[in-house]
Amino acid sequence: MTSLLLFGAGGLFDFDATLPLMALQVVLLTFVLNALFFRPVGRVVEEREGYVKTSRADAKQKLAEAEKLESELKEQLKAARMAAQKLIQEAEQDSDQLYREAIAVATADANATREKARREIDAQRDSALSQLEGDAKQLGDLIVNRLLAAQ
Amino acid sequence: MGSLPFAIPFAELEVGQHLYWRLGNLQLHGQVFMTSWIVIGAILALVVVGTRKMERDPRGVQNLLEFLWDYIRDLARTQIGEKAYRDWMPFIGTLFLFIFVSNWGGSLVPWKLIHLPSGELGAPTADINTTVALALLVSLSYFYAGLSRKGLRYFEYYVHPTPIMIPFKIVEDFTKPLSLSFRLFGNILADELVVAVLVFLVPLFLPVPVMFLGLFTSAIQALIFATLAAYYIGEAVEEHH
Repeated sequence: MTSLLLFGAGGLFDFDATLPLMALQVVLLTFVLNALFFRPVGRVVEEREGYVKTSRADAKQKLAEAEKLESELKEQLKAARMAAQKLIQEAEQDSDQLYREAIAVATADANATREKARREIDAQRDSALSQLEGDAKQLGDLIVNRLLAAQ
Repeated sequence: MGSLPFAIPFAELEVGQHLYWRLGNLQLHGQVFMTSWIVIGAILALVVVGTRKMERDPRGVQNLLEFLWDYIRDLARTQIGEKAYRDWMPFIGTLFLFIFVSNWGGSLVPWKLIHLPSGELGAPTADINTTVALALLVSLSYFYAGLSRKGLRYFEYYVHPTPIMIPFKIVEDFTKPLSLSFRLFGNILADELVVAVLVFLVPLFLPVPVMFLGLFTSAIQALIFATLAAYYIGEAVEEHH
């Protein structure tokens, strides 16, 4: 067992050409790892980060587009619904008016017919009455003549 | 410190013994390089498997790698700031991965089963050479980061609130690598030693909770090293107003 040498062969701090060669080795390893590991992996990772970023932006844009389309369609649907409502209302009003007109025409027709009938009845009654009156006058004249003749 | 003076066949404790390799007239700690190559190999294997067929919808290992990437990016971004973090993320990430895999490899792989002529395999970060190398790289990085981004205006940092700060800021430039390297080295070596001593004394059960604690410490140390490195770089590139 050698004495507790610190420096020199057998010591704890035995410096020799191991030091510079090891440093050289590590420097070489740095360049080799840069070419084989850091650069290619970095490229792949950064490519993926870029891909995720663009896909995300794409998706966001598409979503915005879809939302815009949806709101547009909603607007259209609303307008169509309102138009339909208006059409229905108009049609109802039209039909109502037609109904009223038809009723009015029919009522007027009926009134006219009734009036005509009544006038006819009146005329016939008048003529019948005048005829009856004539007949009665004739009969009365006859009766008077006959009574005068008998006296 | 050599092996402790006990002779129990299944556990032995060695600190400061190394498998020396010679490269010209340079001396190297062979076991540190062997484990560091295994660590680097494991990281590279994971990375190659995970990035072989990358898709937009990740599957399998790609998930793990993306998680790590994200984690390191967050770490670098929060410490360095939005403007400069991209340049330094690979360095911070490499520090984190290398230290983390080293520490966990040192704890989880049964290195004892592989016998070396001298020394033993373990976490590369339990060797002072490795941690000082990493810490000096951090020092160089933050100087380079500050100078390249701000030019000579970088030295405004030394007089930032008042010129009284100059000596403290200069001392800081020395204490930063010192504390970085010694914190990592001390924690990992101490963890290995505690486990080794406990295994040595009570070979069953008792070391297990300490081993879990060691895993926890290892992960925390990797995070601390990477976070501090990023913080120093962030401090250097920050704009004072």
